[in-house]
Amino acid sequence: MEYEFIVVGGGLVGSAVAYGLAGKGCRVRVLDEGDRAFRASRGNFGLVWVQGKGWDFPSYAKWSNSAANLWPEFNQELSESSGVDTGYTRPGGLELYLSETEWENRSQVMAQVRQHVGDQFEYEMLDHAALKKLIPQIGKDVVGASYSPQDGHVNPLYLLRALHQQMDAKGVSYRPNEKVDNIEYLDGEFIVHTQTGTHSAAKIVLCAGLDNQRLGAMLDMQVPVTANRGQILITERAQPFLHYPTLHVRQTQEGGLQIGDSHEEVGLNDGTGVEIMAMIARRAVRLFPLLARMQLVRAWGALRIMTPDGKPVYQSSQSCPGAFAIATHSGVSLAAAHAGPIVDWMMGIAEHPLISYFSTVRFAINADTKGKGSCGVCSIE
Amino acid sequence: MFVRLNKNQPAMVSVTFDGKPLQLCGGLSVAAALLEAGIGHFRETPVTGSPRAPFCMMGVCFDCLLIIDGIANQQACMTQVRKGMIIERQSGSADAIAQGDRS
Amino acid sequence: MTEHYDIVIIGAGPAGMAAAQTAARHKAKILILDEQAAPGGQIYRASETNAKLDRPELGESYQSGLPLVHAFRESDVSYVPNANVWQLSEDREVGYSKDGIARMVIGKQVIVASGAQERPFPVPGWTLPGVMTVGAAQILLKESEIGIENAVFCGSGPLLYLVVHQYLMAGIPVKAVIDLQPGGNYFKALLKLPGALASLSKIIQGWGWKRDIVRAGVPLINGVSDLRISEYNAANGVEYYRAGRWHRLDSEHVLLHQGVVPNINISRAAGCDCQWNAVQCCWNVVVDDWFESSLSGIAVAGDGAFIGGGVAAEYSGCIAALGALAKIRRIDNRERDRLAHPIRAAYTKEMRLRPFIDALFKPAKHFRIPKEDDVVVCRCEEISVAQLREVIDIGCPGPNQLKSFSRCGMGPCQGRFCGLTVSELIADITGKTIEEVGYYRLRSPIKPLRLGELANLNFPSGD
Repeated sequence: MEYEFIVVGGGLVGSAVAYGLAGKGCRVRVLDEGDRAFRASRGNFGLVWVQGKGWDFPSYAKWSNSAANLWPEFNQELSESSGVDTGYTRPGGLELYLSETEWENRSQVMAQVRQHVGDQFEYEMLDHAALKKLIPQIGKDVVGASYSPQDGHVNPLYLLRALHQQMDAKGVSYRPNEKVDNIEYLDGEFIVHTQTGTHSAAKIVLCAGLDNQRLGAMLDMQVPVTANRGQILITERAQPFLHYPTLHVRQTQEGGLQIGDSHEEVGLNDGTGVEIMAMIARRAVRLFPLLARMQLVRAWGALRIMTPDGKPVYQSSQSCPGAFAIATHSGVSLAAAHAGPIVDWMMGIAEHPLISYFSTVRFAINADTKGKGSCGVCSIE
Repeated sequence: MFVRLNKNQPAMVSVTFDGKPLQLCGGLSVAAALLEAGIGHFRETPVTGSPRAPFCMMGVCFDCLLIIDGIANQQACMTQVRKGMIIERQSGSADAIAQGDRS
Repeated sequence: MTEHYDIVIIGAGPAGMAAAQTAARHKAKILILDEQAAPGGQIYRASETNAKLDRPELGESYQSGLPLVHAFRESDVSYVPNANVWQLSEDREVGYSKDGIARMVIGKQVIVASGAQERPFPVPGWTLPGVMTVGAAQILLKESEIGIENAVFCGSGPLLYLVVHQYLMAGIPVKAVIDLQPGGNYFKALLKLPGALASLSKIIQGWGWKRDIVRAGVPLINGVSDLRISEYNAANGVEYYRAGRWHRLDSEHVLLHQGVVPNINISRAAGCDCQWNAVQCCWNVVVDDWFESSLSGIAVAGDGAFIGGGVAAEYSGCIAALGALAKIRRIDNRERDRLAHPIRAAYTKEMRLRPFIDALFKPAKHFRIPKEDDVVVCRCEEISVAQLREVIDIGCPGPNQLKSFSRCGMGPCQGRFCGLTVSELIADITGKTIEEVGYYRLRSPIKPLRLGELANLNFPSGD
């Protein structure tokens, strides 16, 4: 067998996993698509977020919290070894509200998360006056915010670059332009057929985003994922003024204001649409009126990997032991967990007690829960 | 040196450049007028602070960026000189706070 | 409110003006948007103002654009100058801003006439103040009657010689011309000569310009294989490598040109298919006989599709308009073909010189694909060749991953001055074909607009 692990997918999930595996001495091959792949990574807003997550799913609340706490050390090691500044900072983060009702609801959500996680989850509800002390440029329409000092942000593209660089440095065999046609499990070995040839390994991890559903089925795993499009706007560079990332607006390390948070079901269309762009712009200008005079220089769309309840899937195959599938739209927030405890689980070193809560079995059990749950962060239901 | 070809000088227009009064040829783009007035560099880049000046004069290179009437990142080659214009070199990124907000 | 038009034309250069004029004759409801303050595009820039002045130095070819501009002004079309077009969707929705207000319009048909731009010229020092394109010098000359004294002109291509000629006619001193045309081009061009003989007069004219330059005592330097621009003692200068060593010419102003390429950003962002033109070393928009792109209802005419020059652009604009008119049934196909017939003949004749010109002026690989580590490839984000190599070395499959990892192409110019270099550089380093490598994924806004403008866009319910 050529490799101990084949990782299908070189996005934020696949590369964090490959980085972690290689770091523990495994021989890994990563099969990635080409330059025009959907790349959910490119659509990630870059938040390393804790607040609100898992208010309706206690294990997720605890998992998110512990993943965020792993981040600083993960980032230090990655940045130092790769020489790439990922731009990670943890100044605390805000979610801003334009109505009293929303603010009240948020209050309850935060209290719920505190109940699940305990005092480890730090947060504060801020009214307009308190918020204005943090961010003087806040719009008058903003009634208040929820704040957690545990929230941070990072440049997701530089994170991906750092991971790729370290994958390369640690001897991971990275192959782009290798879309997977078919996977077989034969005599304890996984044989992967791609456009150019065959690859084999003792274990396989599917981190192929939207393609996980097709590939998972080949290995007796049901991974229900749908595409959810998010559009993101970015402005010209500005001198730093927004020192806290917020859900809808954050200032990148280069100075551009990144604005987003939209959700559309448009199939496999990762383009942009002017109605949504205008909606995003309108909301941003209400939150920070000075944005009105800033120039929009780029916009893009990307397809989030949405599971039925918005929470991650960590699945291992029953009939094909050694096959794993990971599906999540929080590839940034959970990156440290993917490089750490998830790798330990897949290598058979240790299984973190929370992992089993994220198997796909929960969808069968909750089959009557139609539609999506809320992941506690996105403003979709 | 930038030289004017015709004998008929166009009417001059008063503007301020980096806080000082300056006379520019009316009817020209800000880029052309400033080049003629001997302004050799227009901005310093945000990444390395390197000096830049107009390159293409047709709106595709985005190197001739200036702060005009308080708004940053204006393409000088696509903006006409106007009496009373306040023109400033842009050093680095836009100052979003100084630009202010429009309610 | 979103206004509807029969045909929306983007760009008021020769292709756009000709399309507008043709379509207006058949009583279609036309909107033409242009980012400049007056019609003419680049080639006929400031035609109207210059018509009132005595500008013989600009030459006959330039003056010949005036009738088209006049005819355009007389046409019954809605013409919006100073319009910043930031979007064209595949459903023919055009977004543009003017005077701080953003608007959406929809065309039953759209004709993109985005014209050409200068090819990137990535040599050391090309970002220094005082370094401009030859096209920029020509714009200053045409529009503002300004000349740049004692500049060194570097590069190749008909435009370079045209502008030097115009400078000499205007009495503006030229310090030197460094001709970077590869010697091998002459032979390859000769193979295309038979087809070009119909346009012999133009070839002779071009050679006449070169002769005039020499006669005027302007140093014409050939056989140069390398070039760099640098600051020395706070003054600019050009260093050129010739006959085994480096030479230096001091000059505050260096003017660069190595051909023009189609300005394809709006077409690509809309989703039009493009193909690589291996002789011109640039991307062309794939269009059919009526200049319709791969997107139904969106035509791309003139230099914005593939380089053919100003006269060819005019003919292609007419043909595209006739095609569009037939598609919306203003004229039937027979009428369309009948009217197009003589224009096609003229267009074909005009294009006969292209293979010769393209072969003769194909830019040297060395000046398209920089090798020195410190050459700036992305002017906006200041990304050098060395920085790109680092990223390519870790296995970047193409320009989009490269963009994500390095920021190359993320600046406001949206790849207009780095995209070609990047695609060719990746192809060169990885050994892939340029078609395999591809190009940046472009999207609207293709030009910046203010968030406030976007926020205030009205969408009546049902749109």
